[in-house]
Amino acid sequence: MQNAASPPARAPLLRRSAARYSGWRLFLEALTGHRGWGEAWRKARPRERYRVVVVGGGGHGLATAHSLATEHGITDVAVIERGALGLGNVGRNTTIIRSNYFHPDNIRFYDLSLTLWEQLERQLNFNAMVSQRGTLNLFHTEAQRDLFTRRANAMRLLGVDALELSRAEVRRRVPLIDMDGGRFPVLGGFLQPRGGTARHDAVAWGYARAAAAAGVDVVEHCEVTGIRCQGSRVTGVDTTQGFVGADVVCLAVAGHSSRLAAHVGLTLPIETHVLQAFVSEALKPVLDLVVTYGAGHFYISQSDKGGLVFGGGIDGYNSYGQRGTLPMAEEVAAAAVTLMPALARVRVLRQWGGVMDMSMDGSPIISRTPIDGLFLNAGWCYGGFKAIPAGGRATAHLIAHGEPHPLARHLDLDRFAAGRTIDERGAGPFPYAH
Amino acid sequence: MLRIPCPWCGVRDETEFRYRGDASVARPGEHADAAAFAEFVYSRRNPSDWHREWWLHVGGCRRLIAVERHATTHAIRAVAPP
Ligand SMILES: Cc1cc2nc3c(=O)[nH]c(=O)nc-3n(C[C@H](O)[C@H](O)[C@H](O)COP(=O)(O)OP(=O)(O)OC[C@H]3O[C@@H](n4cnc5c(N)ncnc54)[C@H](O)[C@@H]3O)c2cc1C
Ligand SMILES: [Zn+2]
Repeated sequence: MQNAASPPARAPLLRRSAARYSGWRLFLEALTGHRGWGEAWRKARPRERYRVVVVGGGGHGLATAHSLATEHGITDVAVIERGALGLGNVGRNTTIIRSNYFHPDNIRFYDLSLTLWEQLERQLNFNAMVSQRGTLNLFHTEAQRDLFTRRANAMRLLGVDALELSRAEVRRRVPLIDMDGGRFPVLGGFLQPRGGTARHDAVAWGYARAAAAAGVDVVEHCEVTGIRCQGSRVTGVDTTQGFVGADVVCLAVAGHSSRLAAHVGLTLPIETHVLQAFVSEALKPVLDLVVTYGAGHFYISQSDKGGLVFGGGIDGYNSYGQRGTLPMAEEVAAAAVTLMPALARVRVLRQWGGVMDMSMDGSPIISRTPIDGLFLNAGWCYGGFKAIPAGGRATAHLIAHGEPHPLARHLDLDRFAAGRTIDERGAGPFPYAH
Repeated sequence: MLRIPCPWCGVRDETEFRYRGDASVARPGEHADAAAFAEFVYSRRNPSDWHREWWLHVGGCRRLIAVERHATTHAIRAVAPP
């Protein structure tokens, strides 16, 4: 019997904790009882000052720090996270990655992200279970078909993959769907074959490990409680572990951006709302695509463990309560059994909520602010998981060069006052879009 | 489930209402500059504590009411006609 308190008996060969993960390493570890893995990233305590402090250890904060260290040679960086890594939205989302947008600027930005997802695991040397199984949006009316065709054409013009599936093809690919059921029979689908899913918390762990290996301090359980300025220049942050000085502070606190910005008197075009996710008991493989319902707000995929992972719209009113309420759970369940009646007898095992930045045009913000040295990565609504690789790269670019990344120029904070909002949905200034 | 005490109809489930957003934003005067209008249209205080907000009682009296709700606990402490 293995005693938990006994010192791990490590083979000397495996001592370095930052050693590469590989099939060979897995084989050796299997032979020695998996006792040699060590911690994936160094647990750092904050130093007195850094060149760059990134507030928030979610996907975007970690990807920003990783890009600063590996693409710009800026390693004097700390990521300061108030909880443990992976417990924010990065580990709470329904894991969908895609670039099927309509506006050219959005298509380019999100497709950069998808391209980076395709290289991510090799780059990070971490299995993030990126699975390009395809994302399928269903349409139920002729008008909806026209809209999706227009979107698919916009994507194809920029060299991004998009296909229309006929009714027969949808039926063949997804037998779970009740094609004729209810008031909204399925007429066909809009498929992005390169879309798919990734293991959400592994993305945080993979970035943290690679960033720490490149010299970044990843500080957990340390809350930023204030931002200090001298004149209009940022000088550092107050934390629960003391003051940490910095030349640059970058906020990447998804859902809490307004609260952090309020420390320096900034009011943002953002409201905080709750989105829920649901996971069923594990089933045999029944669904090998990500499917989005077109006659209600509902999307679903099946995880490698067999659980169906699904969600719908936001709960509908401002909230920082990291939980969901029942009316939305009921609405999501109703959509699920309308589209896939066979799910009626499936049990939901887990449910949770995440608090997100809903921006006033449904698009993210990667921007400088009126405070010198203070940068903002925010407003990801409920589509920011797929954007993590590009968001990190673009934010790091902005910090390192003082100039926006060429594919993220449109995401500046000034766009609201200047009348350049990016209204992907065409619905006006409401924080309900994504 | 929120239980919202409508001043006209009594306590009702949130599903009878439609949320209409922050009630603390005020439309600037007609001669205000573009910055003031941008502020009005886009900026939100977005507090994590008490939030004054509009709810429309679509499934009841169909009136708009102002509710003071805690954005973290969801407790409601005051409700008033506009
Ligand atoms: C239920 C749900 C489903 C979703 N589904 C999808 C999806 O399918 N596809 C998709 O692309 N996106 C999805 N999203 C959106 C996506 O998860 C987010 O947009 C994205 O994760 C936000 O960026 P992040 O990873 O940096 O955020 P987070 O992981 O939330 O990171 C922010 C971090 O900041 C920390 N923080 C906050 N305040 C402080 C402070 N004062 N000091 C220190 N640290 C602080 C928080 O603890 C948190 O860890 C979903 C979101 C939710 C909630
Ligand atoms: Zn009423």
